[in-house]
Amino acid sequence: MAVSAVTQRPTFSEIFYTSLQKLPDGERVRACLQCGTCSGVCPFGYLMDYPPSKMIAALRAGMFDRVLKTDNVWMCVSCYACTSSCPAQIPLTAGLMTRTKEELLLAGNVPIELQDALENTQRYGNPMGESPRKRAAWARGIEPPVKIMSQINRPVDVLWFVGDYASFHPRVQLSSRALARIFNLLKVDFGILGHEENSDGDSQRLAGERGLFELLVDKNGKVFQKYQFNQIVTADPHAFNALKNEYPKLGVNYPVQHYTQYLCAKLDLLRPLLRHEIKARVAYHDPCYLGRANGIYQPPRQLLQAIPGVELVEMPHSAANSLCCGGGGGGMWLEGYQWEQAHARLSEWRVREAVAIGADILAVACTYEIPRFEDAVKMVQKASRLVIRDISELLLESIGE
Amino acid sequence: MNIIVAIKLVPDLVEELKISEEGNSLDLESLRLRVNEFDEHALEQAILLKERGAGRVIVIALDGDGAEDALFTAAAKGADQIIKLTGNPAPLVSNHTLARWLAPVIKSLQPGLVLTGVQAHNDLDGPLGPLLAEYLDLPYVGYVAKAAVKDGEVEIRKEYPGGLAAEMEVDLPAVLGVQAAEQPPRYVAFSRIRQAMKTVQLEGRRIPDLFAEEQITVARLFQPEIGERAAIIAGDVDEIAARLVEIFAELDLL
Ligand code: SF4
Ligand code: SF4
Repeated sequence: MAVSAVTQRPTFSEIFYTSLQKLPDGERVRACLQCGTCSGVCPFGYLMDYPPSKMIAALRAGMFDRVLKTDNVWMCVSCYACTSSCPAQIPLTAGLMTRTKEELLLAGNVPIELQDALENTQRYGNPMGESPRKRAAWARGIEPPVKIMSQINRPVDVLWFVGDYASFHPRVQLSSRALARIFNLLKVDFGILGHEENSDGDSQRLAGERGLFELLVDKNGKVFQKYQFNQIVTADPHAFNALKNEYPKLGVNYPVQHYTQYLCAKLDLLRPLLRHEIKARVAYHDPCYLGRANGIYQPPRQLLQAIPGVELVEMPHSAANSLCCGGGGGGMWLEGYQWEQAHARLSEWRVREAVAIGADILAVACTYEIPRFEDAVKMVQKASRLVIRDISELLLESIGE
Repeated sequence: MNIIVAIKLVPDLVEELKISEEGNSLDLESLRLRVNEFDEHALEQAILLKERGAGRVIVIALDGDGAEDALFTAAAKGADQIIKLTGNPAPLVSNHTLARWLAPVIKSLQPGLVLTGVQAHNDLDGPLGPLLAEYLDLPYVGYVAKAAVKDGEVEIRKEYPGGLAAEMEVDLPAVLGVQAAEQPPRYVAFSRIRQAMKTVQLEGRRIPDLFAEEQITVARLFQPEIGERAAIIAGDVDEIAARLVEIFAELDLL
């Protein structure tokens, strides 16, 4: 009697494991030593039934469906702490965590707050559901006026990609206005896209919405093509990360700098303008997508040190070891969900660190962070004197405008 | 059984509404449309019914900006058939007109159940559901918050003002105005919508020329006008606050 080969359909774990290994550097997942470092450094690891190392163990055991049932991968704020400390250099944040979120999202298992942000992004091109026509409203009244590309019909040196929170959040708008004034003082030839700009989509991507990200890349890419400029500058590290690392993979490739890099390169011009002393102990919070994800640690610090009177102090978690504010990877839109699970906010943890080292000012360089930390200040004891400022705001204060 | 869902696009209030130069309609140029939120609940309820084996879901929308996206999104969520009504003179019409256009199409689909949002913020002339029921000669129940199909009947939960609710059974076929689905409308990944755009066929049905006209003429559409004893205070927050204090002082209220 002939025995025919039994073909078994691959299980979900097998399919997922294979798909993970096909990602850039994905095959490294096979080299996981199960050392647990990733789960230990993860700011929410203690809460996850399956932190990264256990996810890999479950995957190897063919039990990944159990991981998906717990849905606490939504606690992952894509902070890159696990990735940057993994001895086997496994792309945990961009690979394992994001792919898992993608699976949950495809299955329709999305916390409602995140769903709103994603639907808003689909509908309006920004996660907060604001009118896209009002995207440039923050710039009203600035002199000389902020130029909108569709209105000027000429090339510019710098295309400023403003980003969602810098465009629409009333508190973050103040830092956008500060940066615009600095650009004006430095006579930067710059323009913005106004209503033609769409969300960069990076946090949506890291929250598992790959298709939406591709749509946004396509939209922004088409708009970039309409205009001539030498480089892009943005104050939003998430937009910076997307434009620098992800857009080129989809054929949208422009030189891009974070504003702290851009201003740092112009420090010779900027320094003479910084005339007013700011006598304060200033702690700088490294945003995940400037620091760990892109290795930019010095320019923001150099700018702060250029301000007369500033004493730069470091918090226990700093530079590559920085602590996430909790806003990444969809965290901005999972506040309620994460509070329910954790009864803790990463932003408050951060504020406590700043208070503990006696900082007067917590300086930030990410458009998610000002409101997050200002909210945290209200919740943390003895933090009421801590002032949260974007670096651009401190620079402008020192200029005395 | 065919479960028909009629969805309509309504002005998105995220943009300021402007009146057209003619002064009898909204300015379509500056208008952004979105699916009526109650209709999204009607669709969700229909898909829940389908998932429990009640039948096929067919979604119909009037042609206009965003209609195709809305229909493909419905297909991605699980609708089996999507239909666009074409030949309409404008994307926004009164519900009387819309019901007259929809009724023959729905009838031709041999409906077991017709679902629509219980209301929309631009229902000038009453909600769509009862009008459809009238043209289809079917029973109607509105403010439905739950529905289950069983032996030629639909068991529903209907909500009343003041927190009251009733459970009732209605013979099929019937028209339901959905207030809320049993669960919030689901999220569908954009890649699934894109896939639907590539694979799902969008049917077009032309509105018979005979009916093609709007039934209701709007004489004048206008922003609220300032009454005699009302004033609108202009200025920034500080100026407005200062003026309010003055007014309170003048009225001896302080
Ligand atoms: S840190 Fe890297 S090697 Fe260690 S358990 Fe985590 S994934 Fe595996
Ligand atoms: S990216 Fe950050 S939050 Fe996500 S698993 Fe890694 S360490 Fe945890």
